[in-house]
Amino acid sequence: MRKAIDVSIGVVQEMKPLDKVMQKMAEHKGCGMSAGSGKASCGSAAGQGDLAPEVWEKVKNHPCYSEEAHHHYARMHVAVAPSCNMQCNYCNRKYDCANESRPGVVSEKLTPQQATRKVLAVASAIPQMTVLGIAGPGDPLANPEKTFKTFELISKAAPDIKLCLSTNGLALPDHVDTIKNLNVDHVTITINMIDPEVGAEIYPWIFYKHRRIKGREAAKILTERQLQGLDMLTERGILCKVNSVMIPGINDRHLVDVNKAVKSRGAFLHNIMPLISSPEHGTVFGLTGQRGPSAQELKDLQDSCEGQMNMMRHCRQCRADAVGLLGEDRSAEFTTEKIMAMDVNYDADTRKAYQQMVEQERRSKVAARQDGLSQLAGETSDIRVLVAVATQGSGRINEHFGHAREFQVYELSTGGAKFVGHRRVDLYCRGGYGEEDSLPTVIRAINDCHAVFVAKIGGCPRGELIQAGIEPVDRYAHEFIEQSAFAWFKGYLDRVKRAEIRHAARGDADIRQGAYVVA
Amino acid sequence: MAYKIVKSQCTACAACEPECPNNAIREKDGTFIIKPEKCTECIGYFDDPQCVAVCPVENTCIIDAGCPRYQATA
Ligand code: SF4
Ligand code: SF4
Ligand code: SF4
Repeated sequence: MRKAIDVSIGVVQEMKPLDKVMQKMAEHKGCGMSAGSGKASCGSAAGQGDLAPEVWEKVKNHPCYSEEAHHHYARMHVAVAPSCNMQCNYCNRKYDCANESRPGVVSEKLTPQQATRKVLAVASAIPQMTVLGIAGPGDPLANPEKTFKTFELISKAAPDIKLCLSTNGLALPDHVDTIKNLNVDHVTITINMIDPEVGAEIYPWIFYKHRRIKGREAAKILTERQLQGLDMLTERGILCKVNSVMIPGINDRHLVDVNKAVKSRGAFLHNIMPLISSPEHGTVFGLTGQRGPSAQELKDLQDSCEGQMNMMRHCRQCRADAVGLLGEDRSAEFTTEKIMAMDVNYDADTRKAYQQMVEQERRSKVAARQDGLSQLAGETSDIRVLVAVATQGSGRINEHFGHAREFQVYELSTGGAKFVGHRRVDLYCRGGYGEEDSLPTVIRAINDCHAVFVAKIGGCPRGELIQAGIEPVDRYAHEFIEQSAFAWFKGYLDRVKRAEIRHAARGDADIRQGAYVVA
Repeated sequence: MAYKIVKSQCTACAACEPECPNNAIREKDGTFIIKPEKCTECIGYFDDPQCVAVCPVENTCIIDAGCPRYQATA
């Protein structure tokens, strides 16, 4: 178990220009952070400010939509929806819906009443918990009674918690009005194709209008229903995000078209996730040996879609009953047995006070970022490097190298820092590299990085990292991530200029298989 | 004949339960079962037996050869 995040109030600078800066950051939410320079590298083609203020208002504290917010706020999922109305080739239905969770995960199923109790228990223990999602284990809209009952109970008991929902989209058009009436403010649809030929390779069948339908016909119905549902949500002003699973050789290039189609229909964020497939999961793709993308392939695709719209790069494909901040999973503290025994005292005021403190911390982080960026003013260089960061949240470098379950990866250039994604290195993986030493695994996961920022690191891993060509950096322990990264990057450029070091590109990195599971 | 659920294969996802036109399916001891006396093989309701069509695990909802064939009363 992790200690609660430390919210120390550091430099609280004057606040007037900061709201503006925060707004600017929100415009770049999709890619976490980017240069504060006028033209955003990750804004949509519509240009700057494509996120309307009302959209920003809705998403600024949403950990699933903003990596920045994910440092400060937590979401939880409750597993009330076990069944599904179709089959995906990357899913084995013994486990949770693979669209939202990593494959191979089993969540504890709850009744709507149990789910409500769990939400209140978690919200009381973790004041940063602001968002409740229903994403499975099957499809929430294939279980409409359970899903909507849960939303209804929670919105009565804890009206300050935001509700969100993820779906494969097949049943979506039938439920849009209920979604609207229940005040659900975000919906995620998983859309892997808009061409039935491609769809036939991904979906063996759907169950629709009392029939099992296969192949191309099934994919055609599915894509029509998904896009219709997206249109209906946008018309009603409900925020809609699109998830896509990148399957090399099947839909990788096609996802650029999907990106255009969903953007034109008003999706505000597109999240391209890697296919995770290994034979032990027993999925069709696992058994046929269909591979997932490498870190570089994933980044290239995300980059090529970025001109189109906000891309999301921090999705962790967490489990359907996940609880926690960033990569942590505290679901083991909130099992049904434990929540039933807990003394739950939901106090909206304490939560509010805590959240105000968090807002202050976020403002000082923004100020620090501006300060850090000013150090790079006047520098011009084509050099771009990736760096990995060990963090427990709050936007600071505050995790020990050896304790990190994941590293956050940023791309640094003289234009600023861009969040690229996170690399999981937790040791609880079932498939993959479980048997091996952990250090080579970590190195493989961040092999495309030039440096790794940590709060602390032992002598042994330090040596091996240096040998692998990755510089371990611990001199910015507990400082803000971006500010430190800029300072380091400036030093790096100086060393290159003085010819002390030679800048060279690094190789590709692995995307870790397996699910987040607490040991 | 009625349909039955192969217990060892059922994932207890509950997809079949609400689809049955005869309310023949319910949960029992962690998996789902079909009450043979209620199952009409969906005859008179749908072309496909609904439990078979929706179940994610192949060959889990199968014909129970031990039960007499359902007779549709015209
Ligand atoms: S929609 Fe989700 S639960 Fe249903 S088959 Fe696909 S991945 Fe599995
Ligand atoms: S075959 Fe039809 S009637 Fe019989 S259990 Fe299945 S769904 Fe119900
Ligand atoms: S649909 Fe199949 S797996 Fe799901 S509960 Fe029914 S019999 Fe079991």
